[in-house]
This record gives sequence, C-alpha cells and structure tokens, in this order.
Amino acid sequence: MSGSVVGGAAAWLADPARWSGEAGIPARLWEHVWVSGVSVLVAAAVALPVALVLGHLGRGGALASAVANLGRAVPTLAVLVILVLSPAPFGIANVVTCTVVALVLFAIPPILTNAYAGIRAVDADLVEAARGMGLTGPQVLFRVELPLAVPLVVAGLRIATAQVIATATIAAFVAGPGLGRFISAGFGNQDTPQLIGGAFLVATFAVLVEVAFQVLQRRLTPSRSSRTGLVEDVGAAAVDTRQPGLTGSL
Amino acid sequence: MTLAVHATRVAGSCLQRNAWVCPDYVRTRGDILQEALVEHVGLTLAAVALGLLVALPLGVLASRSRLVETGASSIATVLYTIPSLAMFPLLLAVGLPFGPSIVVVGLAIYTLGILLRNIVVGLHGVPEDTLDAATGMGLSPRRRLWSVELPLALPAIVAGTRIATVSTVALVTVGGLFGYGGLGNLIITGQRTQFNAEVLTATVLVVVLALAADGLLLLLGRQLTPWLRGRAA
Repeated sequence: MSGSVVGGAAAWLADPARWSGEAGIPARLWEHVWVSGVSVLVAAAVALPVALVLGHLGRGGALASAVANLGRAVPTLAVLVILVLSPAPFGIANVVTCTVVALVLFAIPPILTNAYAGIRAVDADLVEAARGMGLTGPQVLFRVELPLAVPLVVAGLRIATAQVIATATIAAFVAGPGLGRFISAGFGNQDTPQLIGGAFLVATFAVLVEVAFQVLQRRLTPSRSSRTGLVEDVGAAAVDTRQPGLTGSL
Repeated sequence: MTLAVHATRVAGSCLQRNAWVCPDYVRTRGDILQEALVEHVGLTLAAVALGLLVALPLGVLASRSRLVETGASSIATVLYTIPSLAMFPLLLAVGLPFGPSIVVVGLAIYTLGILLRNIVVGLHGVPEDTLDAATGMGLSPRRRLWSVELPLALPAIVAGTRIATVSTVALVTVGGLFGYGGLGNLIITGQRTQFNAEVLTATVLVVVLALAADGLLLLLGRQLTPWLRGRAA
C-alpha cells in the first residue's frame, strides 16, 4: 500500500501543471520563503537588541528563560486560530497579517534566549581584560562579546527559522499562504497523492534550510582547534536554552 | 429561584455574544472538555513514553561511541526539522495507519532530539572517579550502568523529559487537523464554527496542562534524586 502511495505522490509532483500558475509549487514556495523571511527578520529586529543589552548587563536571565518556557507551552495552532478569529486589525480580513504576527511571536523566544546565552557564555576574564584596556561598555559589547556570541546568535536564528517554517505550514489550514496549502487541500479533498506530495515538499524545504543554517553556523564558529570542542558544547547547550536546567549546569 | 433564572440569562448572553471568556461554555460543555483533555493527556503520555523507550538505549550507546552519537543526533536533528503538518502525512506514506498512531509516532520522533542530547550529556557528566570506584567495587558494566551512571544522569534526563513533554503537549494540538489532537480538536472545530469561547478555553487548558506536566516532572525528578536535595537548597 505504501508503495502505491509514494508512486501517486511522485506522479503528483511530476505533473507539469503543478509547476506553474498562481497556485503552483513555485508560487507557493515563494510565499513560504517570503512570509518566513519577513517574520524572522522582524523577530530578530525585536529580540536581538533586547538580548544583547540584557546579556551585556547580566540581567533578565529569569525573563529570558520565562519567555523560552512560555514559547514552548503555547500551541502555535491556537495562536493562529485566535488571531484569525479576532476582530480587525487582524482577523479573517487579513490572513497573511495574522500569519506574520503569529510567526513573529514564535520566532522571538529562541532568538532572544540563544543570543542572551551567547553573550553570557563569553569568558568573564576576556570581558575584564577588554575593560582593563579602556573599552567602553558598548565597545566591549560590539567588539568582544558579540563576535564571540555569533555562533549562538546564528543557532537561535536557525531554531527560530525552523519554527517559523513549521508554523507557516500550519497557517495554510486557516487559508494562510505557503506550501502547507497542498497538504491542507490534499487532506480536505481526500487527495492522498497531493497530501503526501505536499508533505514531501514541505519537509524537503525545511530540511534544506536547516542544512544551510548548519553550514553557516559552522563557518561562523571560530575553529581554533583547542576551542572547537568547547564551542560545540556551548552550542549544544544553547539549543537547550529552551530548557533552563541544562544551561545552568554548563 | 430568581437567582438561578438570572444566572441562566446572563450566562446565555455570554454564549450568544460569542465572548472569548465564557464560564457558561465550561459549565455546559464540561463533558466535551473532559473527553478532549483525557485524549490530550493520553496522546502526550504515549508519545513521550515511546520517545524515552527509544532514546534511552540509543543514548547509552551514543554515550559510548562517538560515531553512534554523531549519527543519531544528526538524524534526530533532521527529523526534528520536519514540520508536524508534513510529518503526519509522511508517516502515512511509510505505511502507518491513519489514526492516533501517526500523532503518537510523529510526536515521539520530535522528542528524540531533545531526549538523546540530554541523556548523552547526563551520562558524560558522570565523574571518571565515580566510574573507577564503581568498577573497583566489582560492579559489572551492566550493574554500573543501572545503579551508578543512570541515577547520576537522572537530573539531565528529567530536564530533557520536561522540555520534551511541554513541547509535546503544545504540538498535540496540530493532530487536531487530522482529527486526533485532544484539545486541538476543539480548537479546530471552534475555528470552523467561529466559536470563540471553545478556542480560547481549549488553548488555556493546553497551556495549563503543559505547565502542570512540567511542574509534576520537576517534583518527580526531586523525588528520584533525594541525594541532591540538600545541595539544591
């Protein structure tokens, strides 16, 4: 049975009619990229300055972990539905706005907590030395702390992007834009080839973006051999800043 | 008696106004809410239990072999990246039957990445001296694992289980799009019928359930590690 299911999905994907027009795969892919990209950028513009300042001042650790916990506990689907059912300026009138607002809300926690953890993870002796050399607060932040925190900042953006791509997929069920439309249409019309084909497209897109970010993150991680292990470990812990316990112990 | 009539009228109006916060919704639909809550808890427990069942042996292997660790964590990361809405149909494509099993297996897959990493970090955190002492006392590798390594790794494992559980509670709702989502079912039907109270009540219950599960696991973790209690305080 699963063989024919896969065959049907492959035939659906291979149909040239899928690859053109307003409801074609390229158009839906572009919607998905556009809506995700804008959301991650807006979330970064909000979360990064807050995280950098709080991290530099060494304050707001409780806030960062509360935001992370809440972000994990609140279901994205519910927030989308609540926004869509809300009156203007959101509401059914503008599903794309609802989608972007929901995506931004869910992209903020990982960006905030990872950037915060990145700044906090910078060796206190280095910061001390920089101050001793006469650097001002902002200089310490931008010349010492931020460059060293870059791998974790990128890790936060990577996790946020994965979250945003997944949420944008769900948004199709409330008539939102993006690749999720194929899955919702396939499910709604009991069209299994379209359902599976759409799921394959979404999964491939999400995994490709993830891999691109992994490569970027590796490039940006200082590769001094003696420190590589350490940086990797801190990176692993940062993914888990979603979880205060482990970061605390590292 | 006048009071009862008054209460009904006021409550009726909150349903009629389609208010977001409507105590009368909770009162009149208590059975539906309870049923959805029970399904939600069941799906979450099944998914996290399945995740632990796979992650524990895999985590022990990964803590002993760099190759297994890299391989397993890469695969878990890739699987974690797949959006849930795509994961469920893909599980159908690989032959799983349509039903609660796709939700349970799909969500269990998401827990793997978090659980694996925490189990490995926990096992790696066991001090070398402790391992030497256990071996010196004549413990077999298997006894050493069960009576020394896993108990010492428990705080990290519990921490991972807490995150995995909280995100699973939230993600179960997506199963509602396929008819198996516990409280998510109410969010979906509430959206279709534009029934605001149903959507908000179910959402609040999901968040409360997630936080309650987190708290329970925290307490359970403390119970299981009595030797840490003095230090934590």
